[in-house]
Amino acid sequence: MEYKAPLETYSGRVKEVVIGKRDKAVKIGGENILPLHYFEGNAANKPKVALEIDDSGAVGWPEWVREPYKDVVSDPVRWAKRCLDLGADLICLRLESTDPQGANTSAEEAAALVKKVVAEVETALIVYGCGDDKKDAEVLSRVAEVCRDENLLLGPAVKENYEPLGRAVADNGHCIIAQTPIDINLEKELNVKLLKQLPPERIVIDPLSSALGYGMEYSFTIMERTKQIGVIHGDFAMQMPIIADLGGECWKTSQAKASREQGILWEGITAMSLLLAGANLLVLRHPDNCRMIKEAIDGKL
Amino acid sequence: MAIKGTDIVKKLPEGGKKNCKECGLPTCFAFAMKLASGGIVLDKCPYIDPAVKLELEDALSPPIKPVTVGTGSDAVLVGDEQVLYRHEKTFVHQPAIAFMISDDEPESAIEEKTRKLTELKFSWVGKTLKADMLALQYSSGDPAKYQALVKRVSGSVDCPLMLISENTDALLAAHAICAEKKPLLYPVTTDNIEKIISAIKLTPSPAALKAATVEDLVPLVNHLKEAGIEDIFLAPDSGDLKSAIRDETLIRRAALKQNFRPLGYPTVAFPCFMTRDKAREMLLAAMFIIKYAGIIVISHIDEHSLLPLLVQRLNIYTDPRIPMSMEEKVYPINNPDASSPVLITTNWALTYFIVASEIESSKVPSWLCVKEAGGLGVLTAWAAGKFSGDSIAPFIRKSNIEQQVNHRRLIIPGKVARIRHELTEALPDWEIIVGPREANEIPSYLPDLVKSWKS
Repeated sequence: MEYKAPLETYSGRVKEVVIGKRDKAVKIGGENILPLHYFEGNAANKPKVALEIDDSGAVGWPEWVREPYKDVVSDPVRWAKRCLDLGADLICLRLESTDPQGANTSAEEAAALVKKVVAEVETALIVYGCGDDKKDAEVLSRVAEVCRDENLLLGPAVKENYEPLGRAVADNGHCIIAQTPIDINLEKELNVKLLKQLPPERIVIDPLSSALGYGMEYSFTIMERTKQIGVIHGDFAMQMPIIADLGGECWKTSQAKASREQGILWEGITAMSLLLAGANLLVLRHPDNCRMIKEAIDGKL
Repeated sequence: MAIKGTDIVKKLPEGGKKNCKECGLPTCFAFAMKLASGGIVLDKCPYIDPAVKLELEDALSPPIKPVTVGTGSDAVLVGDEQVLYRHEKTFVHQPAIAFMISDDEPESAIEEKTRKLTELKFSWVGKTLKADMLALQYSSGDPAKYQALVKRVSGSVDCPLMLISENTDALLAAHAICAEKKPLLYPVTTDNIEKIISAIKLTPSPAALKAATVEDLVPLVNHLKEAGIEDIFLAPDSGDLKSAIRDETLIRRAALKQNFRPLGYPTVAFPCFMTRDKAREMLLAAMFIIKYAGIIVISHIDEHSLLPLLVQRLNIYTDPRIPMSMEEKVYPINNPDASSPVLITTNWALTYFIVASEIESSKVPSWLCVKEAGGLGVLTAWAAGKFSGDSIAPFIRKSNIEQQVNHRRLIIPGKVARIRHELTEALPDWEIIVGPREANEIPSYLPDLVKSWKS
């Protein structure tokens, strides 16, 4: 029996999504291969790594992940620039302070901050709201208006607020994050609904990322299935790139808080797993992981 | 691509029309169908042609051979996997993690690594996690030193061993020392394969084949099989992450999708030879856990890097068909009494585990009501209608919690604050209190709450 290398090619292709504009633009997706299968097709754009910043000064971050930013956490612009110096492909700004249960910053203030960061930082920007669906609809819609045509990646849009948020994103020239709670059917349902407002090239899927030991295998398998449904089976409604917003989930575990080394690996192994599952965009906190995961993306770890 | 019953029946006596019934089944066709599903053995057919028997045995054996290293209760069994992706069914035999010790390491390091293999144990959701093997490497250039290491380690531990030596004479001398433990020998290459075959024909041991490419492994496997040796591991010399993903994927696909027998064996992966950096070594090992390795050899060992790796292995090898869920009931935590607070959550094992461990660390004696919700987390269960006022009320009534406590205060997860109203309507005699959104806020929340009740 002769060996014939079992190479596979697929008819489906992930949509290419561009975030940011002109020389700040970052492209994700566009591949017709399974994750890191560089040996059998075209990756188009390799996965990208974002480092996370927030508007609340990294409250609750363990000291070993706060350390690289400790002198700049009160200034999101300087913090973002530090992240770029540390090798991030782009920045993820979390509007933590807008949380009604917390500081409850107004939509107007939050939008002004985003505008400032966009103006001063030389890269594309992801903006996550606080996770309260009503407040997020209000805040992110205002961000979309104030930063018109800056082509931000805004989210999360969820079942409860996708209509107003989708409209604001579509009207003002941005991209949207479609978030569902680790459920592939709900994921497709939300994609289909958003496709009525936006082209697939403006949607990124967030199936929710759980940390290692706290349900990571669910996120892993949903991402792996999503990618295969899009690439192998060619399902149009599942061909958007995937975002793995995992840094925050990992660094809030007691295991990550136990020691520097264990914390970095808690985030690093979660990132490696979700990268292999099919994430096109990873949101991390520790610069060591940014560096190592980028090496892995290049196949050279 | 297992052989079908309809193909088997054609190969049975008289083309499957003998129907002698001596196997206990009414027809040859029934026998063939049962063979295909693994419900009966070929020996039950007294008239089968010996050549056909060999052919069918080969066709009916698992596409990736299960291979054992070591002996006794600590032996490691890997291989026998049936899928490329865990969602297709499940991964079955988790890869063994081996600590590598070189004979040129200082005495204290050798002692420490050996001790850590047995001592580093972690409990995680009711399971004990630990590494499995020691890999002993010859790199000192002094055969006596290597033999002393093998002698010492094999005499002091029960775990399975792997022997690593580019020098074949040193490898075989080490094998002779601990052959009764059935250690895994590495590497077997085109250059030393004859020597290895003659040694393991005398005292059987599993062997790991090394070649530059996947294709180059094929003639080596065939060579061993012709010599009657079947306890084989494959070790393509991949070099970096990109080639490792390619090689492991091609081997797994060839075995499962092409039923290509020469590649139907578990693999050995060596993050220890791919980088010198500890964190990178662990990330490579994590990649190999997902990408099909049977044994993963690492050289840096400590509790902070081992725990994340072992938890990832557990996560990836968890059977996705079985939702991890807890029994619906009231769980006492920290020895509660009639005045202790009552909390409620859903029955996903992880939700329970996180909430219970946070209550434990709050040191407040509490009752935790775990409601059946299809093994889902709080928010998902709510979205699916399994954690609503209408469904929680009957559970509270039929559980014995109303007999256990002398108050009527129920703390619900902050993430489902919206069910407070409907729950108050369904349980009018209970005060419904909205607790924290995240479990990690419990240790600060509970003590304050209890204090406010007392004052």
